[in-house]
Amino acid sequence: MSPAPEAATDGPLVGLFVTCLVDLFRPSVAFAAIKLLEAGGARVEVPRAQACCGQPAYNSGDRDDAVAIARQVIEAFEPFDYVVAPSGSCTGMLKVHYPRLLADDPRCAERAKTLAAKSYELTSFLVDVLGLSEVEASYEGTVTYHDSCSSSRELHIRDAPRRLLASVTGLTLIELPESEICCGFGGTFSVKYPDISGAILDAKLNNILDTEASAVLAGDLGCLMQIAGGLSRERAKIEVRHVAEVLAGMTDMPAIAASLKSR
Amino acid sequence: MAEATISFKKAASEALADGELQRALQNVKTGFVAKRAAAKSRLPEFEALRAEARAIKDHTLTHLDLYLEAYESKVVESGGKVHFAPTAADARDIVLGLCHDYGAKLVAKGKSMVSEEIALNAHLQAAGMEVVETDLGEYIVQLRGETPSHIIAPVIHLNKETVAADFRRAHKGRLTSRRLSDVQDLVAEARSVLREKFLVADVGITGANLLIAETGSSVIVTNEGNGDLTSTLPRTHIVIASIEKIVPTLEDACTILRLLCRSATGQDITTYTTFTTGLRHEGDPDGPTAYHVVLLDNGRSEMLGGTFQDMLRCIRCGACLNHCPVYGAIGGHAYGSVYPGPMGAVLTPALQGLDHVRDLPNASSLCGRCEEVCPMSIPLPSMLRAWRERDFAEGKRSRAEGLALKAWAFAAKRPGLYHALAAVGVPLLTRLAGGRGRFTRLAFAKPWTRVRDLPAPEGRTFQQLYAKMQKDRK
Repeated sequence: MSPAPEAATDGPLVGLFVTCLVDLFRPSVAFAAIKLLEAGGARVEVPRAQACCGQPAYNSGDRDDAVAIARQVIEAFEPFDYVVAPSGSCTGMLKVHYPRLLADDPRCAERAKTLAAKSYELTSFLVDVLGLSEVEASYEGTVTYHDSCSSSRELHIRDAPRRLLASVTGLTLIELPESEICCGFGGTFSVKYPDISGAILDAKLNNILDTEASAVLAGDLGCLMQIAGGLSRERAKIEVRHVAEVLAGMTDMPAIAASLKSR
Repeated sequence: MAEATISFKKAASEALADGELQRALQNVKTGFVAKRAAAKSRLPEFEALRAEARAIKDHTLTHLDLYLEAYESKVVESGGKVHFAPTAADARDIVLGLCHDYGAKLVAKGKSMVSEEIALNAHLQAAGMEVVETDLGEYIVQLRGETPSHIIAPVIHLNKETVAADFRRAHKGRLTSRRLSDVQDLVAEARSVLREKFLVADVGITGANLLIAETGSSVIVTNEGNGDLTSTLPRTHIVIASIEKIVPTLEDACTILRLLCRSATGQDITTYTTFTTGLRHEGDPDGPTAYHVVLLDNGRSEMLGGTFQDMLRCIRCGACLNHCPVYGAIGGHAYGSVYPGPMGAVLTPALQGLDHVRDLPNASSLCGRCEEVCPMSIPLPSMLRAWRERDFAEGKRSRAEGLALKAWAFAAKRPGLYHALAAVGVPLLTRLAGGRGRFTRLAFAKPWTRVRDLPAPEGRTFQQLYAKMQKDRK
């Protein structure tokens, strides 16, 4: 847990909440997040005592386990000035739902509120807290952006990713129609009700294909796995990436669900 | 898997494969959603009204007993009578009793979701009465022997060609060559059939969008005017409404009406907004000579003061249905409940218990659009979650789901174990993908790969890579 040697020594201390999906499926996103945060002047550490924010339990009605996981996350991130996650959904869990879950817990209610107040989604933290308005990255192509439900409706983030993307050399952003409508992922919903999840996804894919963009980006790996899985099933030649990869200029690895031989 | 779960999933799959339904559901998006957005943008005080309306309802629900008493005394003053019905069966029997008392043979009905909730038509018909729905949508639903698929647009699942075929089948004695290709043709034909019924109906039954304690009035909003005819032409008018429809004053009713119409159809105001208060007055050209209000509880008073009280703020505008991606995918019938969509998924288990409707609160991605558009700011996703908690506590999930959740939670609560397991599983899974970057099929992820590919991991977990990086730096 020692800070990276090249990091600033006086910037705010950020605990990176990796998120379980990034940890398991797309570590590049977390490395991209670290690069962006450090470029913005923050010191970044990654507490090892983290696994998941607890949404699978919380949204399945398993409140006890959700509470236990929330307490664990609160504890692990107490030493930091800020908590940043490359996900609107997990940030929403920390920022909006932990205080509700622990409202009646005399030991944790206040600590949950403290954690909530210092928790940010990555792009919003870069823009709203670190004051970044541009990044040093280039990406040749037209991209479109999907706003995750949690980002848009729980955290009210819209401008931050767009402002940063606008500064990427060579990148053109085409707005996605109905960008804030659900992609059909919904965590466990995607496997409990696959047919409905797939039908909701189809509407999203049609909107994406209509933009004729060469890549679709989002800030949540859940949505991205759903969208990439759908586009891959359709054999559509459109890249799917987390917005952090593009902003950090880390687009040399294959896109999500793309073959290793594709580059 | 429980029986109800199978039937919900089966109904949902059938709905997804139903071409006519899928085409019809597209109209919800282009129609209701766009019109609501336009109406909202024309009204700068929309958010302020929303706060005001919420406060009105919260206040009323806190003092519901007082306002119900006040309402009753005003109804009595205006020559009517109020009947309290604790259950659906009570409400059915009260209405049937009244119809018998007034010697009813033909009953004309305005649109009423509460009458659907208590399955009133079947009850009256079983007693030998003819019941005619006079709202065009409800009339079509009745002809087809269906139930409404949307709380404000009963036949949103149908196209006009289907309705034309129904009319040709049902309306005998008309030219087979007549034109029924436009909606206007259908409206005209339904109107001519229904007009005869209005004139001879013995009893008119309407629902109520609002009940006003201050005046003893009931309010209905319609675009066809059928509600006016139903309440004024027959000698007896019966209003059937649930107890939470009450608001304290006429002013309060107007506040809520401004939100209701805009949220429902995107109209600033509906074509008809009808206030009925008691009996025909001396000198009135029409109006009933007997006026009854049946107030249905059916589980609602038990919601007061509990987790689901906020649901009683609902004004049945249907905005949550129109904006719900799940409703938009499967339509209303698949829910298997009188009230579909997000509001139905919260209300139905409260009214009839969770047992046969366990899928309703679970079949949602919790995207939050319903809460965002709800004019009464009902926290629908939170309440869906609250039902999931009860469902989970009752232990009725499938064994596989229960085990998977428990195993996952066991590891998630022990990050050390979690990372160790992931450090084994992720490289294995990556190797299994063999450089293709995705799985088109995966034995233990069938529900996922059934409809989309599963992206493969990158090789190692972030925690593995990060730990190695930290070590290398030292």
